[in-house]
Amino acid sequence: MNVLTLSRLQFAVATYFHFLFVPLTLGLSIVVAILETMYVRSGDVDYKRAAQFWGKLFLINFAIGIVTGITLEFQFGTNWSRYSAFVGDIFGALLAIEATVAFFLESTFVAVWFFGWNKLSPKAHAVTIWLVAIASNVSAFWILVANAWMQHPVGFVVRNGRAELTDFFAIITQRFALLEFVHTVGSAYILSGFFVVGISAWHLLRKHEVAFFKKSFRLGIAFALVFSLFEILQGHMNAELLGAAQPTKLAAMESHWETGRAVPLNLIQWPDTANERNSVQTLPVPKLLSLLATYDPNAEVKGLRDFPKQDRPPVLPSFLSFRIMVGLGFVFVALTAWAWFKRDSIEHSPVFLKVLVWSIPLPYIAIQTGWTLAEVGRQPWIVYGLMRTSDAVSPLAVSQVAVSALAFILVYGLLGIADFYLLFKYARKGPAPVAA
Amino acid sequence: MLETIWFALWGVLWAVYFMLDGFDLGLGTLRPFLARNQDESRVVLNAMGPFWDGNEVWLLTAGGVTFAAFPGTYAVMFSSLYTPLMLLLFALILRGISFEFRGKEDAAWWRKTWDACMWIGSFLPALLLGVAFANIFAGIPIDGEGVFHGNLFTLLNPYGLLGGVLFVLLFTVHGALWLAIKSEGQLRDRAGAAAKILWGPLLIIAVTFLAMTRYTTRLWQNVLAKPVLLVLPLLAVAGLVLTRVFAGKGSWWKAWFASSATIVGATLFGVAGLYPALLPSSLAPAFSKTAFNSASTPLTLKIMLGVALVMVPVVIVYQAWVYRRFSDPVTAEELAGDHAY
Repeated sequence: MNVLTLSRLQFAVATYFHFLFVPLTLGLSIVVAILETMYVRSGDVDYKRAAQFWGKLFLINFAIGIVTGITLEFQFGTNWSRYSAFVGDIFGALLAIEATVAFFLESTFVAVWFFGWNKLSPKAHAVTIWLVAIASNVSAFWILVANAWMQHPVGFVVRNGRAELTDFFAIITQRFALLEFVHTVGSAYILSGFFVVGISAWHLLRKHEVAFFKKSFRLGIAFALVFSLFEILQGHMNAELLGAAQPTKLAAMESHWETGRAVPLNLIQWPDTANERNSVQTLPVPKLLSLLATYDPNAEVKGLRDFPKQDRPPVLPSFLSFRIMVGLGFVFVALTAWAWFKRDSIEHSPVFLKVLVWSIPLPYIAIQTGWTLAEVGRQPWIVYGLMRTSDAVSPLAVSQVAVSALAFILVYGLLGIADFYLLFKYARKGPAPVAA
Repeated sequence: MLETIWFALWGVLWAVYFMLDGFDLGLGTLRPFLARNQDESRVVLNAMGPFWDGNEVWLLTAGGVTFAAFPGTYAVMFSSLYTPLMLLLFALILRGISFEFRGKEDAAWWRKTWDACMWIGSFLPALLLGVAFANIFAGIPIDGEGVFHGNLFTLLNPYGLLGGVLFVLLFTVHGALWLAIKSEGQLRDRAGAAAKILWGPLLIIAVTFLAMTRYTTRLWQNVLAKPVLLVLPLLAVAGLVLTRVFAGKGSWWKAWFASSATIVGATLFGVAGLYPALLPSSLAPAFSKTAFNSASTPLTLKIMLGVALVMVPVVIVYQAWVYRRFSDPVTAEELAGDHAY
């Protein structure tokens, strides 16, 4: 393997792993903040116990998200130095702003929240978890603005051999950035909702703290249902955006080869990249792809064959990850709607409770496949249409990157095991008993 | 002008990072030697507990500002220092995780594993940061294309290693003083004694390092060219002397602030001596990465300056509030509760 392949492998490992933990941070911080606010307003100790129980899981998860974020920022310099020099004027600024306005706030107050239960008034204490929740979501905004710029660069001019900033406002308000942000936090809230619902279901199955976990269940299911519906409707806007901004990604994720008008969407198909066609292609829904991509059922949608081979992303991973993500999105709506209607007597439906426990991993899979589509579908570009990934890598020795990539896999693997072990342990343990 | 302002801010960010996380790294290094039982061990952890995470963000910001303000330097510096940086990152990951995980399982092997991780995660960053900065002061072999002609062992030269030892000693003294503030009884006595004992070797290494700096780098020439900058090394020296004076009196807060002055003065002396270079080339001065040949556009620098002028004071205010709020010694009562490491 060469430096490019190893660096891509290493970055993939680091980002996939980082994003196993970030979504839960984004959503669970809000759940904990709501629970603690309910405690402060009602004085109901169950809500305090709930904030502490979910808060403990939040912290175990948060620790890994934070420390793996630092390596990501530094990896642009270590492994992608040519990219960094080319885009630093824009991309670097966005990362630095993220650290200054959000990361400081999040990291400082998460500690105040943990250590401050007896040192701050209940109101002030509730404020600290809101600061953490807001800061982590603001942090997501800046990072996604940066990623959106890689997907769809705007507000710049290429001068002096690099991309130079011309319009900062255009970068932070471009449609791609805003849609990417709402889509990502929406998915994070679905994941967090399923996490709360699934763990509550596990305890309800065992008739453990039934009243307590029904309260958590209700909050979790409301979260998951609202954002599952939101995500489907909003996700459609992203497809339409890709039609204009990233036609190669759209064609790859639909495995659409032949440019045409009034293009159908095949419910079942399988790409055959070598022969530039689909080996299986059946159950077409007439005009649907044209409609989804442009809002016009008769519009033209460009096929992959119309793009030079060296400008096409890998088709099979893009296609598969898109289908898995969307398929799961519909499963989430079905599951959460059903659970919502049964929420008052949910403890009497053991089979359904089991399904909900086993559904915890599904949003994780949906999110990871979503990012696979976003990043693999952007290839061969690191900045779409502007800089190729192969031109971005640092001048390093193969041995250096081989060792570090291996270290990432080993260290992250072990940390992941330890973290999920602790999450399981403390999730099963349940809340602290009511103080006498 | 903008480039110079950002160069100064870049130095200040590093100085603040060393001052704040320095005591965490030093204390993590000293813990096995100071804590004689589980309870004392936990006092040490909780002395850093409410602060270390917020402190570490200064590193992230220093890195982020290098990227944003001087992308040309960021690209060459981070890829040239590839192996030490990777070691630093893994070490800091282990340190952060150790805080959170250590107390979450009762088995002795679990605790010992994370104790070992925390030691490595504290000692190694202190050492590596010292080695890295000493090498930056002296210059590293980068060519006109920004390609590094060396490896990890190029950096482990006598001056680099001395820089590493200097940082470890600076941070351990700093950490011991912090523990003296945040603990009581025998542990505080031991922490204070450690600060005083380590001060001797620190003085010797600091003097040696300054002397070698005269012959290995151009820092002194650059600072002497603008005599007003001499206030920086003087601040470091005065801080070092006062650290010992206040420690002798048992005035731990004053001693800690004096030690902070040493760290800030020494860092800023180094950075001021580098100006305008952020990363000098030892091959030819023309290959050096400077505030002028590696900076972002004036537009980006202006926007970033606006953000920094608003947000950095805000960060300082709320972090200072946290320090005040959690400045009392760690109590047995806190350790017995559910809200401590």
